[in-house]
Amino acid sequence: MKDVKYILFGIVFGVLLTKAEVINWFRIHDMFLFKEAHMYLIMGSAIATATISVLLIRYFKVKTLHRKEITIEAKGLNKGTIIGGMMFGIGWAITGACTGPIFAQIGVGVWPAILTLIGALLGAYSYSIAKSKLPH
Amino acid sequence: MGEILNLWPWYVAGPLLGLFVPFLLIVGNKLLGISSSFPYICSIVLSQKYYADSDYNALSSRWKFYFAIGITLGGLVAKIFLGAGGISYLPQYYYTVRGLIFLLCGGFLIGFGARYANGCTAGHSISGISTFQISGLFATISFFVGGLLCTHYIIPLFN
Repeated sequence: MKDVKYILFGIVFGVLLTKAEVINWFRIHDMFLFKEAHMYLIMGSAIATATISVLLIRYFKVKTLHRKEITIEAKGLNKGTIIGGMMFGIGWAITGACTGPIFAQIGVGVWPAILTLIGALLGAYSYSIAKSKLPH
Repeated sequence: MGEILNLWPWYVAGPLLGLFVPFLLIVGNKLLGISSSFPYICSIVLSQKYYADSDYNALSSRWKFYFAIGITLGGLVAKIFLGAGGISYLPQYYYTVRGLIFLLCGGFLIGFGARYANGCTAGHSISGISTFQISGLFATISFFVGGLLCTHYIIPLFN
């Protein structure tokens, strides 16, 4: 049950995504058309803030609330990072949503996003079946 | 106070979104990410027996499922209390049968691609780059290559 508290984190995250319109197809479209800096500034400032925070955590050897060492899982680079990443980008441009925003779109009442979610679940399931045959 | 009902500027929302990386690390030693919630939901819908994926660890992804429920509620909260309801989030085109099929296909690419790339914009672009992982940088470039190609060459075909 200790994972239930992440609902609260999610609510704040979802409000931010929604109110900054990271979940808006038109903003994503204008980002890919280089018409609007909004999305680039959001991502850039989020990455910058996260990077500084991680440096501070490492420098001061910050522990978790349970006084444990903070460990960061390493993600390997392989062909899937590139091929899968490009597939993801195409999906992002079509639907105007990446993973978090799909859920926020549903919450804010954009009902067609339910189809996006069903598609994403089918996609994740298909990957689990196809995985052994794909280049990695 | 009326401003809170308008679009929140990047310099407010961006840094606050970025702070989720240290908060989640400190609270639960979790690295921000969302796309592993998809296999978790699949494993609930299909039951563990039918969703067998050796690399996928249901227990370590479970928190992302609750996080995703929270994000959904966050959208609802923004709609009810923060004036996020009366905005057009999708072109009218998507409210047709063809548009919905288009969304289903786009969603498929998101789910398949995020699992294949082992992360999405949260897990790779924000968490990956901020923790100095080369895979995060390559994934982010790939997201944009795919998105740019689609926006400039595929989407115009449908309008």
